[in-house]
Amino acid sequence: MPQPLRADHLMGFSKKFDNSLRQKSPLLRAFEALLEPMDDASLQSLAARSTATTRRHFGRTMRLFAPLYLSNECINSCTYCGFSRENAIQRVTLEIDQVEKEARHLVAEGFRNILLVAGEHPKFVSGPYLEMCLERLRPIVPSLSIEVAPMEAPEYKPLVQAGSEGLVVYQETYHRDTYARMHLAGPKKDFDWRLDCPDRGHEAGFRRIGIGALFGLTDWKFEALALAAHLEYLQRVCWKSQLTVSLPRLRPCAGEFEPENPLPDREFIQLLCALRVTFPAVGIVLSTREPAALRDLIAPLGITMMSAGSHTEPGGYTGQGKEALHLTVRGKIQPGTGGESATEQFSISDDRDARTVEGVLQKLGLDPVWKDWDAEILSASR
Amino acid sequence: MPQPLTIAGRTFSSRLLLGTGKFSSNETMRDALAASGCEIVTVALRRADLSGKKDPFANILDFIDPEKYLLLPNTSGAMNADEAVRLARLAASAGLPKWVKLEIHPDPHYLLPDPIETLAAAEILVKEGFTVLPYTNADPVLARRLQDVGTATVMPLGSPIGSNRGLETRAQIEIIIKQATVPVIVDAGIGAPSHAAEALEMGADAVLVNTAIAAAEDPVRMARAFKATVEAAREAREAGLPIQLDHAAATSPLAAFLKSA
Repeated sequence: MPQPLRADHLMGFSKKFDNSLRQKSPLLRAFEALLEPMDDASLQSLAARSTATTRRHFGRTMRLFAPLYLSNECINSCTYCGFSRENAIQRVTLEIDQVEKEARHLVAEGFRNILLVAGEHPKFVSGPYLEMCLERLRPIVPSLSIEVAPMEAPEYKPLVQAGSEGLVVYQETYHRDTYARMHLAGPKKDFDWRLDCPDRGHEAGFRRIGIGALFGLTDWKFEALALAAHLEYLQRVCWKSQLTVSLPRLRPCAGEFEPENPLPDREFIQLLCALRVTFPAVGIVLSTREPAALRDLIAPLGITMMSAGSHTEPGGYTGQGKEALHLTVRGKIQPGTGGESATEQFSISDDRDARTVEGVLQKLGLDPVWKDWDAEILSASR
Repeated sequence: MPQPLTIAGRTFSSRLLLGTGKFSSNETMRDALAASGCEIVTVALRRADLSGKKDPFANILDFIDPEKYLLLPNTSGAMNADEAVRLARLAASAGLPKWVKLEIHPDPHYLLPDPIETLAAAEILVKEGFTVLPYTNADPVLARRLQDVGTATVMPLGSPIGSNRGLETRAQIEIIIKQATVPVIVDAGIGAPSHAAEALEMGADAVLVNTAIAAAEDPVRMARAFKATVEAAREAREAGLPIQLDHAAATSPLAAFLKSA
């Protein structure tokens, strides 16, 4: 029997991805031209365009958020990640009460937008666990997002219902061969499954969808073009989601992975500005991976969302979960091996607290926006 | 004296409404509001604290004096009629005026309003006693449908929010103005005082401006510039703008005729 016809765009990005780089759209070609080496004057003029475009769409504001790590358990073996199953590190999954304590600390700091982050572990970080976390935090945190292992759309739906407004999933690298070399074992090995995750998130009703690539794994220009192709696709298909893009550069972490293809500062800035002028309405996220001086320099150029004072280990803000810490070696828990604190995913570079970052933004003429969403809006759809 | 603007029985001397997003600080916003002479100020409810807990990290409302301005809550962030209705009710129960700028844009990229959901929400909110000012595309039929269900104004866009491109929908807005039984407020896309002047000269009752002021180098001076221009354009409209001709005309055509005779 013939398969029923499906609209082309409902097939997911994985079916379109390779071709979108072979036959580049006019938008992608224009973007590619902006990535060519440029002299100082051209870069300055690009930065000026980028700044003006950002002001027009986002005003003189900067949205602030904080990551809250729920768990650093992980069944994937990824060569560049501190949480990799291969790494013998201190691991823990926070109890719901502990998650709430961490969140209350962040709320007291001013954060009204919290990103819940966890490694991939179906036993410890299950759908129902995430649902419980969200239900618990919804009354105290106006905006919640998740950055967890990819799921099917029907699995996402209860999380949207429980109050998760945003979904963040980075492809890490869009280069298929590099992806295969970096992801040695675990469900994350499946490139296409991850690539179609934003499609599934949109189907499930997430209002904000964040994508990104981890710069340093492969040639940065390839990564940038693929990211732009993904954004162009999502803008057309996932039209009800606010898109954000993130350009994390690899940082030191457990496992001592050395980036093979570092993205230098100058090209990083050029890429940021090129993305902004190509995608005026897409939010650009900047984390504390970058050093303070660079963050302050590029904040006005095109960044619309920043984290501050972040910890990348579960319990990092208030020391929750200490009693349950355990060392794992290749997935095996070692008895009686509790430590002082969980191991972080990567070491952050800008360690200034929220108040300091707030003050710096104000000096730069940017209004730090803490609350930009009200969970009550979503309740109507429940 | 220019005629006052009347919306739902309430009169305003200023024909400039201001939005409060995108400013570099709440203080700058407050000063720009004052300099603009506006009397109606719209605030995105999602940025405000509606719980009554006086959240110091969401205190935008503390910078808008309710004695001086009519606070017009807007439903930006709502993607459908249910959410917009819920937001409006929440604002009302938090003690904000029962006025609402109805704004439903499911597309976060161009922020273009959803006509179907907007009409549905307007109908519900009007029945519940809200004074509804709906933000719409410049669609004359939609404008009529909205005024038929009892909205207090219609607010067609000049061009997409934040685009600063002026009255790209001019021809459609002209039809809306001709057909309107309620005030027409041109909202969105007004990027310069000249755009605001164009709207008022062609007969719009008021304009709503945000990005052009908030993102200006000096928002307070820009607010002043808009104030002066909007007043001048309204004055010109009331003074009787001459009809535009597509050919030259002598100042006194009859005199010329008589001379030649």
